Amino acid sequence: MNEIVILSGKGGTGKTSVAASFAVLSKRAALADADVDASNLSLLLDPRVRRKEVYRAGLEAVVRLEECGDCAVCAGVCRFNALRPSDTHTRPAFQVDSFLCEGCGRCVPMCPRGIIEMRERTVGEWMESDTRAGPLVHARLEPAGENSGKLASLVKREARRVAAERGLGLLLVDGPPGVGCSAIAALSGASLVLFVAEPTVSGLHDFERAADLARHFTVPAALCVNKWDIHPVAADSLEAKARKMNVRPLQRVRYDPSVVSAQRRGKTVVEEDSAAAQDVRDLWREVTAA
Amino acid sequence: MKRNEGMTIAVASGKGGTGKTTVAVSLALTAPGTVRLVDCDVEEPNAHLFLNPVIQRTNPVSIPVPEINREECRSCGRCAEACRFGALVLLRGRPHVFPSLCKGCGACSDVCARGAIKETDRTVGVVEEGTAGAVAFVQGRINVGETATPRVIRAAREMTSSARWTIVDSPPGASCAMTAAVRGADMAVLVTEPTPFGLHDLDIAVDSARKLGVPCGIVVNRHTPEDLRIRDYCVRQNILLLAEIPDDRRAAEAYSRGKNVVDSLPGMKERFVALWKSLSAALKGNGDFSCEGGNSLAQISDDALNERTLLGKIRTGVSSARNSLPGSVT
Repeated sequence: MNEIVILSGKGGTGKTSVAASFAVLSKRAALADADVDASNLSLLLDPRVRRKEVYRAGLEAVVRLEECGDCAVCAGVCRFNALRPSDTHTRPAFQVDSFLCEGCGRCVPMCPRGIIEMRERTVGEWMESDTRAGPLVHARLEPAGENSGKLASLVKREARRVAAERGLGLLLVDGPPGVGCSAIAALSGASLVLFVAEPTVSGLHDFERAADLARHFTVPAALCVNKWDIHPVAADSLEAKARKMNVRPLQRVRYDPSVVSAQRRGKTVVEEDSAAAQDVRDLWREVTAA
Repeated sequence: MKRNEGMTIAVASGKGGTGKTTVAVSLALTAPGTVRLVDCDVEEPNAHLFLNPVIQRTNPVSIPVPEINREECRSCGRCAEACRFGALVLLRGRPHVFPSLCKGCGACSDVCARGAIKETDRTVGVVEEGTAGAVAFVQGRINVGETATPRVIRAAREMTSSARWTIVDSPPGASCAMTAAVRGADMAVLVTEPTPFGLHDLDIAVDSARKLGVPCGIVVNRHTPEDLRIRDYCVRQNILLLAEIPDDRRAAEAYSRGKNVVDSLPGMKERFVALWKSLSAALKGNGDFSCEGGNSLAQISDDALNERTLLGKIRTGVSSARNSLPGSVT
């Protein structure tokens, strides 16, 4: 199965607009939204949710406060400062700060009273939906949730399964910004990663780091400069940098307010006529030829 | 964690590319008093591109990972049992360490009966400190291929300062990275744009800020009179709308060239001075704005004044922000 992953490094460069357009143009693809933090692909594709599952991942320590002897041994061994004197309990006791707990369980055997246990966290949900552009697997991480990388991996795994079940030969993955755990999860196993980058100083800086990530994990990569005419010189340097990093520059997309106005109408760029729509269609042709 | 003396304002957003860095840098350049900018978007730190700081110190951020002394090890397997991250596993009966999976908790050393585990520091990123003109500058930067984003963010946030204001440039999203940056701030400024994506992701960021107990206000970037969905959202959710920055291709062009909008776009400085006024009012819990360094306050443009009058009509979340604040700044 072919797997095209859309990434950017910097946020807001047009990943989702490109991914949703590709979804509409391809007609024979399964879709995965691996930006589980701020999942937007479904907003343009009218999803009907067919299946919804709770996502549990990772553990966190829980202290039975009533029995706590306030000895502070747990706080002494925790490297993440996650065990702190409770400011809500009626008498002195230590409690776990779940924002800081990494779930290592080191405190559990150290507690002289044996009153710390590990509990699974619920950190979100994932969904399998039908959309007008094909089946979509997407997710929603709880606010302040952890393990977004694992959830992104799960979304991709389920989307591969859906693609196989329906005999679809292509998986399109809308990736997250950044180069951290969910970006790594999104690009693993890709046949091609397409970077969507802006010709700005930060766009150039972030693209370099993202391209470095693709190189680190040896994934073939291509580049689309979005809004290239905002700063044509920077667009040239982006592509020059890309060639140097073994990333193939493809069709550019111009700055066109119709991209945002299409989004406001709940449509993808290519479902309306505009200069940018033509650019994206040309880009899709090049991507499929690659 | 040591407390900073001043106030911390975290600039965040659910969606990426909405203008967090532009707002954070602009706030730093127009601050009424001593100011520090802490770039916590450690996967893609960008504020330095607009501030051009001189870096004076670079501090590594590292994780202690186990190293096994083969001569002492009897392959009992307790270390592998204790590790919950799959970073220490038995391969052909002998323990093997995968440093990139290790979170440095130390559980393996606790259980090793022979004291055969020694920890060595593995660097995953850096925190750099410097200055950019009058702005004190701190930035975290994670090494490409590493996943310990919140760790590097916390290291940057823990740098103390005597500056009156600390502006935190947060990573996008609403999960552990964003919360590591925003937690403990006196206020979160959530930057968004008036689009379906912008609104959807803003709502998630608001939930995260609320879960952290950090009062928030909203800045709409690329504002256009045709789309008032964010304004409606602020009214519905009773959240303070701090400012609306008009959609302007010139802003995109200035940004693309690494220019800060405050110095390169007419009227922008006044907008941010006005934004500071709203922020200070929200933080103090009253409409009184006495600011020592506010020399340009007299020059607020008509436009900015009109905007503030308009915003004044939108009932704000100041009262709820007020209740959860420890006290007022002097």
